[in-house]
Amino acid sequence: MKRYSAFSLFTEGLRGHRGWTPAWRKATPQPGYDAIIVGGGGHGLATAYYLAKNHGVPRVAVLEKGWIGGGNTGRNTTAIRSNYFYPESVALYDLALRLYEGLSQALNYNIMLSQRGMLIAAHTPTQMEICARIANAMQLNGVDGELIGAEEALQRVPLLNRTADARYNCMGGVWQQRAGIARHDAVAWGYARAASALGVDIIENCTVTDLLIESGKITGVETDKGSIRAERVGLAAAGATPGLASMAGIRLPIHTYALQAFVSEPVKPMLDTVLLYLGTGTYVSQSDKGELVFGGGLDRVPTHGQRGNLPAQEAVVSGLLEMFPAFAQLKLLRQWAGVVDVTPDSSPVIGPAGPEGLFLNCGWGTGGFKAIPAGGWLLAHLLATGGHHEISRPFDLDRFARGRLIDEAAGSGIAH
Amino acid sequence: MQIFTCPFCGPRDETEFHFAAEAGKKRPIPAETVTDDEWAEYLYMNSASRGKAQEVWLHVTCGEFFLMTRDTVTRDVTAVTSLPGRNA
Repeated sequence: MKRYSAFSLFTEGLRGHRGWTPAWRKATPQPGYDAIIVGGGGHGLATAYYLAKNHGVPRVAVLEKGWIGGGNTGRNTTAIRSNYFYPESVALYDLALRLYEGLSQALNYNIMLSQRGMLIAAHTPTQMEICARIANAMQLNGVDGELIGAEEALQRVPLLNRTADARYNCMGGVWQQRAGIARHDAVAWGYARAASALGVDIIENCTVTDLLIESGKITGVETDKGSIRAERVGLAAAGATPGLASMAGIRLPIHTYALQAFVSEPVKPMLDTVLLYLGTGTYVSQSDKGELVFGGGLDRVPTHGQRGNLPAQEAVVSGLLEMFPAFAQLKLLRQWAGVVDVTPDSSPVIGPAGPEGLFLNCGWGTGGFKAIPAGGWLLAHLLATGGHHEISRPFDLDRFARGRLIDEAAGSGIAH
Repeated sequence: MQIFTCPFCGPRDETEFHFAAEAGKKRPIPAETVTDDEWAEYLYMNSASRGKAQEVWLHVTCGEFFLMTRDTVTRDVTAVTSLPGRNA
């Protein structure tokens, strides 16, 4: 693997950039592997990388039905944060954030992490109390989070609507300085390149059609490119995971919904934080190219179609205009949707699935991107050792029968 | 904007409707003999399947619960019927 550096960029520049080689190998499936990961998004690619890197598993394949990073990894609004309520969640999402902080160096690939800070804006005394509770919980869990007042909030986001007729005036909110955004495609590509360099086979356009199970053990997968044997299989396919699990007769606590995102035409820098408005449920940041990247709540109709409906679009856009009336002059550049896998407690499912050797990494719902390094780290641990990492144990599928839900929908005010 | 049809009120905007549950679940009884796994299966587990699905929906504005058969990929609705035992 050719190392990327300022020096290699400079020397390639002198040679007219003719010396660059593909970042990862296009592999064809071998008859068998030590471990197979179904789903070539961020979570699947990160799993493959950590399997090879942390656990030295030599023969690993990632099977992707489309192209890598073409699902929710390429469809999200790129926000990274760990402002959750429960200790289990903070441990999980802060592992991800800590790994993100060193990821560009670890992968030798610039993921353009920008820790510009995130504000969750509150509008009523009650919401401010909820924000104080979240900020306290974050501090108790050892994560940076603080309650800020209206003055500081408006200093950080001066364009916020503060006219007399504003429906939602900002009273302050929770501030997390380490939160931010990253280049989502680069996360997928960086993990793919680093995993490929460690010998992982990344196989695109390969659809898994069945899971092969013999006497309660997984023995491989059937694909449209033939059957591939492996005694360890990990599923990391977001909205497609329920369909894959059903091949092994497993039902999951998941509903699939479309989540939309939007970008405006690019404009000059005017918003240097990530902002979530509790009143409208709309969140927004500005990309390096100048586009406003924003989204909001789910479409309320369960679906597997990767496109959004108009009522949710209207709610998100009108929410943005309530926050920033000036943005009414901007044109929308693109709008799209991804299919997200939502659990009853808005927390992911990580752990064994039933048949020996089959493991799950799903249920991230609307927040999978920020968790990619942790999801990969933990699924790799499961695949390599057969048992839980202490951080993934609370997120096992068994929490639903044990009644030990980690209800972040209530805890940190996830709107869906 | 999609139009759904309430068996009681007729065609209305999708925003008036709320998805309730996948159809076909039977509450396990009697409660004293129901295991944790059976209860979790009833409460939480779903098919979330691609393609044809039968679901219980609520028309929020009139309070009617009903069955809707639709495609979860194309979003086409093929049938709308009252719940069994309901005199619509």
